[in-house]
Amino acid sequence: MNYHWNWMIFWAQAPDGTGTYLHTLIRGMYWTLGVSVLAWIIALVFGVAVGVLRTARIRGLERLCAGYVELFRNVPLLVQMFLWYFVVPEVVPKALGDMIKAADPTWSTFWTAVICLGLFTSSRIAEQIRAGITSLPVGQSMAGTALGLTRPQVYRYLLLPMTVRIIMPPLTSEALNLIKNSSVAFTIGLLEITGAARSMQEFSFQIFESFAAATVLYLIINAVVVVLMRLIEKWMSVPGFIGTER
Amino acid sequence: MHGFDFEIIWRTAPYVFMTGMVFTIKLTVFATIGAIILGTLLAMMRLSSNRIVSGLSGGYVNFLRALPLILIIFWFYFLVPYIFGWILQAGHPISVGGFTSALITFVLFEAAYFCEIMRAGIQSIPRGQIGAGYALGLNYWQVMWHIVLPQAFRNMTPVLLTQMIVLFQDTSLVYVLSLTDFLGAANNVAQRDGRLVEMFIFAALVYFLISYAASRTVKRLERRMAIVR
Repeated sequence: MNYHWNWMIFWAQAPDGTGTYLHTLIRGMYWTLGVSVLAWIIALVFGVAVGVLRTARIRGLERLCAGYVELFRNVPLLVQMFLWYFVVPEVVPKALGDMIKAADPTWSTFWTAVICLGLFTSSRIAEQIRAGITSLPVGQSMAGTALGLTRPQVYRYLLLPMTVRIIMPPLTSEALNLIKNSSVAFTIGLLEITGAARSMQEFSFQIFESFAAATVLYLIINAVVVVLMRLIEKWMSVPGFIGTER
Repeated sequence: MHGFDFEIIWRTAPYVFMTGMVFTIKLTVFATIGAIILGTLLAMMRLSSNRIVSGLSGGYVNFLRALPLILIIFWFYFLVPYIFGWILQAGHPISVGGFTSALITFVLFEAAYFCEIMRAGIQSIPRGQIGAGYALGLNYWQVMWHIVLPQAFRNMTPVLLTQMIVLFQDTSLVYVLSLTDFLGAANNVAQRDGRLVEMFIFAALVYFLISYAASRTVKRLERRMAIVR
């Protein structure tokens, strides 16, 4: 076939004058990692809060949190991204909207992506947390109450420490999903890995080299996350469970 | 919130639904069927006692599951014309059109996810049934087709349908190829008339209603068809 392979293209200068194409891709990786790490923090905070409230037997809040989860789960991520990017600045109070629009575009897309991905992932983590808490024997929280712990203390000292250790494997796959989903931020103009590869492809016409490089970067990040999470898992695993080696 | 124009939604609804939603639903249905067939074959390969066969399937599934869908969409958008050109010995890339390209992408990509579901489904069948099948003189394909797969599909129907809802939402990503799916059509109107707020809220609402209704239906179905063991 008449496709001209040119693997040396990575060392050619990119036309935007910021270094070689390799630099473009590496910068893309930094954006991907930056968005993913910050979104992960938001996702954990909101996910744990919502997940706990769904099991806390406070009637109004339970419904509200169930609605939160349904809302984020039933709208495609891309549409959510557009809502945060195009719609939110228009419907918030005018002063705040103007502030968002006046911000440096690179950083406003970055923070939009962080918030969008963070909340999207939080709804999925909330489900994991809820499933983890409900999988614990009822006796545990009863025992806690019998010992005189308050409800928050039962969660803080009994339920959550167990839950987090049990749901480590699904959390790992959520972390991997988050990294993959961060590619959607490319649609609002963030030059993360996929975006960087796309821009490299458009400038250099070396389609397959660009996407191959992006593929390799994703595989490397994936492998690193899997190894890291497995270490954390081993360190946190509950002695006496089937999955524990000791 | 000044000048929120609902009228535009009514005015463009025929276009957005007849062009956009029809594309989205066609892609969802065809891709689901294709991905379930390919995914089932992959699952059978994965459970094969032949190391090479199961390794091939496992490698394919794990590789695709490690990559974002958007990247895969780009890959196949550019790769498919070359593959077709190579198969047909045309000597030049053959363009196949956006829908075909998207369909091939979604079948190949989602098959990896359906494979994992079907693998769980097949593994949920007691081993004795397979042995019984062989003892009756059936061959591998007969055992699979008459004994294992019907039960595996039945057990996994709710999960398969849930994955179909995910696929339905994922089809919105063909936006990156500028195809006119539901979101693409809404986006076209939004850009042309400068009505981003209305159109994107409307699109979100429609996606929400369809996905929510579908997932509730799946949940009800799951309860109704549960086998009492």
